[in-house]
Amino acid sequence: MRRGPAAPAAPAGGGPLLRVQQVRKTFGTHVVLDGVDLDVEEHAVVVLIGASGSGKSTLLRCIDLLEEIDDGVIELAGTDIADPRLDADVQRARMGMVFQQYNLFGHLRVIDNLTLAPRLVHKVPADQARADALAMLDRVGLADKARAFPDELSGGQAQRVAIARALVGRPELLLLDEVTSALDPELVGEVLTLLAELKSTGLTMLLATHEMAFAREVADEVCFLHAGRVHERGTPAQVLSDPQRERTQEFLRRITG
Amino acid sequence: MSVPDAPGWVASDRQRERERFRRARARRSTLVALTSTVALTAVIVLGVRSSPGWPRVRQSFFNPQVALDSLPDVLAGLWLNVRVMVVCAVLIVVLALALALARSLRGPAFFPLRALAAGYVDLFRGLPLILVLLLVGFGLPGLRLQGIPTSAVTLGALALVLSYSAYVAEVFRAGIEGVHPSQVAAARSLGLTRGQTMAHAVLPQAVRRVVPALLNDLISLSKDSGLISILGAVDAVRAAQIQTAEHANFTPYVVAGVLFVLLTVPLSRVTDALAKRSGWLAAQGALTAGTVR
Repeated sequence: MRRGPAAPAAPAGGGPLLRVQQVRKTFGTHVVLDGVDLDVEEHAVVVLIGASGSGKSTLLRCIDLLEEIDDGVIELAGTDIADPRLDADVQRARMGMVFQQYNLFGHLRVIDNLTLAPRLVHKVPADQARADALAMLDRVGLADKARAFPDELSGGQAQRVAIARALVGRPELLLLDEVTSALDPELVGEVLTLLAELKSTGLTMLLATHEMAFAREVADEVCFLHAGRVHERGTPAQVLSDPQRERTQEFLRRITG
Repeated sequence: MSVPDAPGWVASDRQRERERFRRARARRSTLVALTSTVALTAVIVLGVRSSPGWPRVRQSFFNPQVALDSLPDVLAGLWLNVRVMVVCAVLIVVLALALALARSLRGPAFFPLRALAAGYVDLFRGLPLILVLLLVGFGLPGLRLQGIPTSAVTLGALALVLSYSAYVAEVFRAGIEGVHPSQVAAARSLGLTRGQTMAHAVLPQAVRRVVPALLNDLISLSKDSGLISILGAVDAVRAAQIQTAEHANFTPYVVAGVLFVLLTVPLSRVTDALAKRSGWLAAQGALTAGTVR
């Protein structure tokens, strides 16, 4: 790797790396986020759970500035990144995002998927970007797929490439939106194993998932989203094993069957 | 699908029997196809040749001597068509791309540009090509303004570019809008600017998608390049017209027609070959389908 292990700038004043306060987002008359509060400490893994349509994806997209919020504060290492006076492109480049459907660029080989942003955004020289990308592919166990096109990969491989692509820009925070939901059951494991490895390197992650076993194992904090708010939060043991609120209990009952 | 040669694998009797049956069926199919083709061809040939008008048709449309005599001139004319087509195609693609991109620009500052592009497309898609040709070809030189070209070929090409770029711009725009928003989200999440996203994520995939439609327009252009003959340019159509008048025989038109068809066939083959390249159709989300019996 080019600049050592994942080591984002320490947030000013020692606050959390990501601070989300009273974030509101509506689509037309539909209120998706109705005052979300959320902190992610540096090196922590925070898991968002909640029913479909509870706003998990929208929250992640708002944090990555892919959606404009209607109100509230999103601070990354002390910077109010939703401030329209800031260059949103610069702020987005500080974060990595992994999508449910991988969203790899179908016309580019794996290696070019990885080098695109470093070359264009971070102005890394082509050969350096290539070396970085190959190292990152090696890290996700796919060095032999560098020349492949995305449609030649299995779902698990594609998602690992997508994670590698998000990581190669050295993000301070990695956002993951149900990254295993599109995968066949036997391919889920390889992606979750990779995420657990990334946690051990100190990467800060905020992820939406339906994999409760994984949340239990890896999460430092679990947030249950309901009706556009964080309805209940706590350690995995608290939220997943001993939920206090009725909606959380109901949700967990439904997904565990 | 061929059976892989795995070591230690021997086809079972049942599989060998299946393959014997398939080979036999294939032989039978070939034979049937051959017989029916020969039979139908014979019926058509005999029918046509025995019809009372055939000798006159052959004399008037398929006269070998006239074809041979007119071929050099028609070919020379076709060479002009090819050159006009190539130059126009390049200009059309450049102009159309600019129009499509202008229409996809966001932000209030670009409103006049967006409106201009939209107006241009509306105007030149609505105007019959022949009107544009007449207006540009005869109208412009009639103004006797400085710097306006007077060559029929240049003016004809200009009219083609004006008209076709409006169509092709819409093809590009459809391609751009057809790229899934998730590709834009992925690019923007990596920190790419709007322009970088368009140039490196959206446009390459949009262009791949619309290649078949573009090819269709290119074939159309190759034929419409013959319309410059109405301005007096001696292309394949005009050359055939002259030869037809000289020989009092329509064979030169048929020669020109055959040449135009021959010109367009390779264009289709080139795109087919392109489409087979890996990563080319991937942008369309094409899946590799198995063979279905």
